Amino acid sequence: MSASDEIWILGIHMTKFGKYPNHDVVDLGAEAIMGALADAQVTMADIGILAAGNLMGSGGIGQQLQKQVGQTGIPVFNVSNACATGATALRTAIMAVKAGEVDMGLAVGVEKLAGAGLLGGGGKSKSDDNVWSPSGRYGAVAPTDGRIGTDTMPGVFAQIGMEYGHKYGGTSFELFARISEKNHSHSTLNPLAAYNKAMSLEQIMGDIMIAYPNTRPMCSANCDGAAAAVVVSGAKLKTLSLEQQRRAIKVTASVLTSDPWQEACQILPDVNTLTRNAALQAYELAGVGPEDLDLVELHDCFATAELVHYDNLMLCEEGGAVDFFNSGAPWRDGRLPVNVSGGLQSKGHPISATGIANIWEVCQHLRNEGGQRQIEGAKVGLAHVIGLGSACGIHVLESSAA
Amino acid sequence: MTDTVASQVPLVEYLVLGDKPHLVAQECTSCGARFFDRRNACAKCFATDFRQVDIATTGVVRTFTIVAYAAPGIPVPFVSAVIDCEGTSVRANLIEVPADPEHVSTGMNVELATYSLGVDDNGAEAIGFGFRPVAA
Ligand SMILES: [Zn+2]
Repeated sequence: MSASDEIWILGIHMTKFGKYPNHDVVDLGAEAIMGALADAQVTMADIGILAAGNLMGSGGIGQQLQKQVGQTGIPVFNVSNACATGATALRTAIMAVKAGEVDMGLAVGVEKLAGAGLLGGGGKSKSDDNVWSPSGRYGAVAPTDGRIGTDTMPGVFAQIGMEYGHKYGGTSFELFARISEKNHSHSTLNPLAAYNKAMSLEQIMGDIMIAYPNTRPMCSANCDGAAAAVVVSGAKLKTLSLEQQRRAIKVTASVLTSDPWQEACQILPDVNTLTRNAALQAYELAGVGPEDLDLVELHDCFATAELVHYDNLMLCEEGGAVDFFNSGAPWRDGRLPVNVSGGLQSKGHPISATGIANIWEVCQHLRNEGGQRQIEGAKVGLAHVIGLGSACGIHVLESSAA
Repeated sequence: MTDTVASQVPLVEYLVLGDKPHLVAQECTSCGARFFDRRNACAKCFATDFRQVDIATTGVVRTFTIVAYAAPGIPVPFVSAVIDCEGTSVRANLIEVPADPEHVSTGMNVELATYSLGVDDNGAEAIGFGFRPVAA
């Protein structure tokens, strides 16, 4: 084998997102893998590397999954990269194929998160002997979460959206709620979404406030789920059936970035710079621009996050995210549909599964298998995730007919 | 009992108490990047020499959120904010202001203020900090 210039998704699958009280992470991950292998029309015997992601479990998810679906002795990479874990697993499998070490790889991400509640925040409380004693990197005598700003995800991303509004203007509680209204509306056409009820603007704005301006339905939905993908080299794909070749989706860019230093990044995570950097790299690699995209699945972990990523992914001109949204562009009947799956706010966000599930969504449309929510004629799509800390994964996908 | 001033402890090491409470940072002597914790090398330029510098005690609110739902034991609602203190970004709560969007906005002028977190069994008083509104 030699290094491969072309990478294709041969098979991909996501479980329905939701609550699985009687399934563990191994059950869910195995369901995703079995689905992806069937979709690819291959078996574990064809797979040369497994990359697996799961954040909240006990570790070693890849090996646990092999025992469930087929142990062949191949290398396993257990990866962890916050909310970009799934995309990182896929990126890992792609790198192995691209390097020519294997000609087929498998990536899976799985999470059990239903009922998990608030993520981030908390911290150690004052010691039992009731003496102020410094600890940690800042020599803090008491937990800093809540005393020196917030560590909670809804609060962090609220500040990220509000900062955009401060810089460019035009944002409001209602604007952010309208973004959420769009995604909840989109999810009504997605049978695999954890929630698929439309919500009115009044319902969204009147719901429980979590961190202004994000109310509960404007936050990503904690749920269970898994997704998996089989990737193959261009040379190997040519040896497979015409049906496999027809349904294969070309990965024209697979990019992972982290934070370059920015003045305020130690204070408030900067999700903008690394996303913009990843987008620039991805467009360059894929040889397309934002104007060529037919749909985008981006990391709307909160309504406030979706707004800034319109700009970071250059779906609009710099500073133009509010106008872009108000033009109707990101609605499914708009110029550039964003999160037609319902996004993290309504489809759900089982952390490690998300970075492959959003690619599954794009693939459905590029294969013209999107059912009732098919974006007609879709040829090129982009999937984006971000894990706070930070890691940003972007994949650009093209149909084989493109 | 020890005397009150001597027995005050700051919430974090980068808060300096005394007549004029203020924050301090470790500044890279090579590029000027500032950090509130220790670094082995500068995250911006990789140089390894740092000096301690005082941070301005006034600034402008660049962004905020009003946290209504937090981890157990954290009083809500509170205002979490990023304040631009003459070029150095500082994370803090906004205090001495109602925690609602009618009273808090980006672009607000604020200044550092301290408050008591309570006294421990040895009589030591912990002092926290926040930023409060000032007239423009
Ligand atoms: Zn430096």
